[in-house]
Amino acid sequence: MSGPAAPPSVVPAPAVPTNALVEYLLRLGDDRLVLGHRVSEWCGHGPILEEDIALSNVSLDLLGQATMLLRLAGDAEGRGRDEDALAYFREVVEFRNCQLVELPKGDFAFTIARQFLFDVYAVVMLDALTGSIHGELAAIAAKSLKEAKYHVRHSGEWMLRLGDGTDESHRRVQKAIDDLWRFTGELFAPDDVDRAMQAAGIGPDLAALRPTWESLVRDVVSRATLTIPNDLPRVASTRGGRTGSHTEYLGHMLAEMQIIARSHPGASW
Amino acid sequence: MVAQAVRATREALLSVLDQVMDPEVPVLSVRELGIVRDVEVDPAGNVTVTVTPTYSGCPAIRVIEQDIVAALEQAGYPGARVRTTYAPAWTTDWIAPEAKAKLKAYGIAPPGRAESGELVQLFRRRATAQCPYCDSYETELRSEFGSTACKSVCWCRACRQPFEEFKAI
Repeated sequence: MSGPAAPPSVVPAPAVPTNALVEYLLRLGDDRLVLGHRVSEWCGHGPILEEDIALSNVSLDLLGQATMLLRLAGDAEGRGRDEDALAYFREVVEFRNCQLVELPKGDFAFTIARQFLFDVYAVVMLDALTGSIHGELAAIAAKSLKEAKYHVRHSGEWMLRLGDGTDESHRRVQKAIDDLWRFTGELFAPDDVDRAMQAAGIGPDLAALRPTWESLVRDVVSRATLTIPNDLPRVASTRGGRTGSHTEYLGHMLAEMQIIARSHPGASW
Repeated sequence: MVAQAVRATREALLSVLDQVMDPEVPVLSVRELGIVRDVEVDPAGNVTVTVTPTYSGCPAIRVIEQDIVAALEQAGYPGARVRTTYAPAWTTDWIAPEAKAKLKAYGIAPPGRAESGELVQLFRRRATAQCPYCDSYETELRSEFGSTACKSVCWCRACRQPFEEFKAI
């Protein structure tokens, strides 16, 4: 064969600022790390044995997904931080999770309503991310989507039972939706990081996902004889968890989550 | 010659991995479960085993990796490297019929066919599991979450016993 040398077969890394990619992966990973920890608080405290086991399993899946995503974030960052360093040795302002996931677990109705709102967000987002040109992220999304689908089945079926259950369960889950709704605005408020990822073919058009999410949420909520509050969710834009502005609850949660690793750095067990 | 030798070694390695059982489902090997995706031997004889986790948070994956390295070392292949891949995502469809029969004999209802389904699909549509004890289909799903990430809890109305089902994903 003659002619010019073939171009290198290695696919070049996507042309985006590294820190935008790291930020993006931290957002995805931190959502699952923080929510996974919140759900784990039910371990040993579930209302019935089956739910104790179910919530512990969901927590484990979320922590597993967080591990994969944070490892990828650490690799993209290239400063030698692995998933444990990112989970245990960052300060609260460095966390990039949405505020929805950091709120205290509340009662069972609050936990279920929060899971449901997040789980629908997760399936919509992960489904979109399976088409990412970032091969490793697409693979993690495809794997996580399988789990998110049975998570949303669990939380969605509970929405029906609680909403269309007793007066007490209806009242509690309706209050949970009323209290949580304003935190959903942040999920679909794209900023420069999201736009950079979308432009690079790594992430979806976040704002365009919202109608899909909302129609899936409204369908279950109405079947559960519940209502969505009329006030529009506050759009957090630059002042939300994605840029490190958190509610007062996250710091307390991290103190508990990080104390062992920080008291005994480098320990293994 | 080299290629032939490598192929022979690969076969030998795979047969070693056939003896590595899953720590949580000890009747199935890590190959039967589809956890082992590939084994490579480079010309220098370095062994790399590619694995994929069943569930993202499966706590058994670390033990499985250690068991693989230990089994290979015992068989005369020290220093094997274990590499993790996430694509394609693990599916119970990789579990062969013979392996499913072993699950049933062990008392775990084998998985049905994995269905991708809608993004939000409440109330699992597929047929009920067959009771591994009495073979009845008069069973109900009690919870999609069981003693490990890969199992659901069912109840058999015919023999009135709870049993576990390997989740289809």
